[in-house]
Amino acid sequence: MSKIVFEDVHKSFDGGLRVLNGVSLKVEKGESHIILGRSGCGKSVLLKCLTGIMPVDSGDILADDISVGDKKRSKEYLQKFSILFQGNALFDSMTIIDNVVFGASQKNKDKSERRKIAEEKLLAVGLEKRVFDLYPAEISGGMQKRAALARAIAVEPEILLFDEPTSGLDPVTAGIICNLLKETIKSLGVTALTITHDLRVAEFLEDRISLLNEGRIVWTGHARDMENSGNQFVENFHRASNVITQRSAITAE
Amino acid sequence: MYNPLATLGKYTVSTLDEMGRIFLFALKGVKSCLLPPFYFREIFRQMTTFGFYSLPIVGLTAVFAGMVLALQTYVGFTRFNAEGAIASVVVISITRELGPVFAGLMVAGRVSSSIAAEIGSMRVSEQIDALMTMGVDPFKFLVAPRILSGILTAPFLVLIADIIGVMGGFLVSTTLLDFSTGSYISQTIQNMEAIDVISGLVKAAAFGFSVAIFGCYHGFYSDLGARGVGNATTSAVVSSCIGILILNYLLTALFFGI
Ligand SMILES: Nc1ncnc2c1ncn2[C@@H]1O[C@H](COP(=O)(O)OP(=O)(O)OP(=O)(O)O)[C@@H](O)[C@H]1O
Ligand SMILES: [Mg+2]
Repeated sequence: MSKIVFEDVHKSFDGGLRVLNGVSLKVEKGESHIILGRSGCGKSVLLKCLTGIMPVDSGDILADDISVGDKKRSKEYLQKFSILFQGNALFDSMTIIDNVVFGASQKNKDKSERRKIAEEKLLAVGLEKRVFDLYPAEISGGMQKRAALARAIAVEPEILLFDEPTSGLDPVTAGIICNLLKETIKSLGVTALTITHDLRVAEFLEDRISLLNEGRIVWTGHARDMENSGNQFVENFHRASNVITQRSAITAE
Repeated sequence: MYNPLATLGKYTVSTLDEMGRIFLFALKGVKSCLLPPFYFREIFRQMTTFGFYSLPIVGLTAVFAGMVLALQTYVGFTRFNAEGAIASVVVISITRELGPVFAGLMVAGRVSSSIAAEIGSMRVSEQIDALMTMGVDPFKFLVAPRILSGILTAPFLVLIADIIGVMGGFLVSTTLLDFSTGSYISQTIQNMEAIDVISGLVKAAAFGFSVAIFGCYHGFYSDLGARGVGNATTSAVVSSCIGILILNYLLTALFFGI
């Protein structure tokens, strides 16, 4: 039984914009799966459909055989997931620690326990005690990303979803965050689904990669096989990504 | 070809559509005020922003309203030798109308805009999505505390506005207009009826509701981006003010039997 199953998912918006046009994909339990695609190809929309924030037009999405549309089991369904949002989505009316406590409170009823869990998680993602009582707007983007990760794992999810985990970060911080994500996935033993346009992030975190193009998954496999996949879009994406990597390596020198 | 009827029709349909949506939104909001879970910390936080921080502006508005009212009544009433009625005119006008309406409009400008901006930017920055994926109903967490704080704190604000407004009239009458302190106070007390004050406080609760609902509604459905949030803020202020004026008329008609 696969952990997450997308079955022929369709989604379009007012004005006839077809974003998802029959997405089918299986994510296995315990794997770190990457969905790779160009900017604006509907990656975030796919994630919103997966978590039920946006209803799908047709098709179905299942997590452990529970359908996203199953109203009676929606709580059970949602509790499986935790998202690291593209823009972190920390609650800006709460301090960093309160954000994480809020996450922890979804599973844990005991008040002092929650706070202990929150401190633990914050330290685990490498935040110092002095930032615990600051507000999200008062800390840097890299720290916000860490705090958001702490909140995400405080929920104790079975599935972690990462939406563009390195967007808006400098290359060094991005590397550190990627390492942190990889460690987190490994130590928690969760299923992870990462959404990104950055091949380097994908290569680093992958067990498998799926490419999303024109509303469908066009290829699934390992990063090392992309070059000789026999699919024009996949090979072009691979080549273009490498050109950028080489250029930035040159400028960095 | 331009067809004015078609434009009018379209406009009417979209206005009715919007009104229907606001009605449903308000219904859902009220429902989430009544059913658990309750987020007491949020309710308390909202009551502080709604009530406590509105005190200075509401007090300032009220004192000037009372002062100008005393002056105007004096100027008008001396024409037929009725200056003696100033105290009662001030207290009745303030408690029935000026206190609630001025306080309501000031709070609409101050609070409903900030509600719309806050909720709108929470939407833009995916904070509302984050709530939903954590299994928290945004209506219970965001809308209900604001509605409750509006309904509960606005009457207190208006009560304070009433007192300060009457004080304003008193100050002008006793310092500029040769009233004796004792007779002004006794006239005020004699002419003040419970229904005047109570009707004003009921109005206040309704106005508080209007401010909260329109702020939340426009914030919730703001277009994405800074411009969307800006527009939502403007719409929230405009529509909650209109809401206040319409509710004011309806409640006045209801209370004073016309
Ligand atoms: N709520 C919405 N209403 C209308 N159109 C939308 C909505 N959300 C997304 N879209 C459209 O869907 C398309 C895909 O958007 P999406 O945010 O999923 O892209 P993405 O792949 O995540 O891109 P990026 O890499 O830039 O984050 C875009 O063309 C966008 O305009
Ligand atoms: Mg995106």
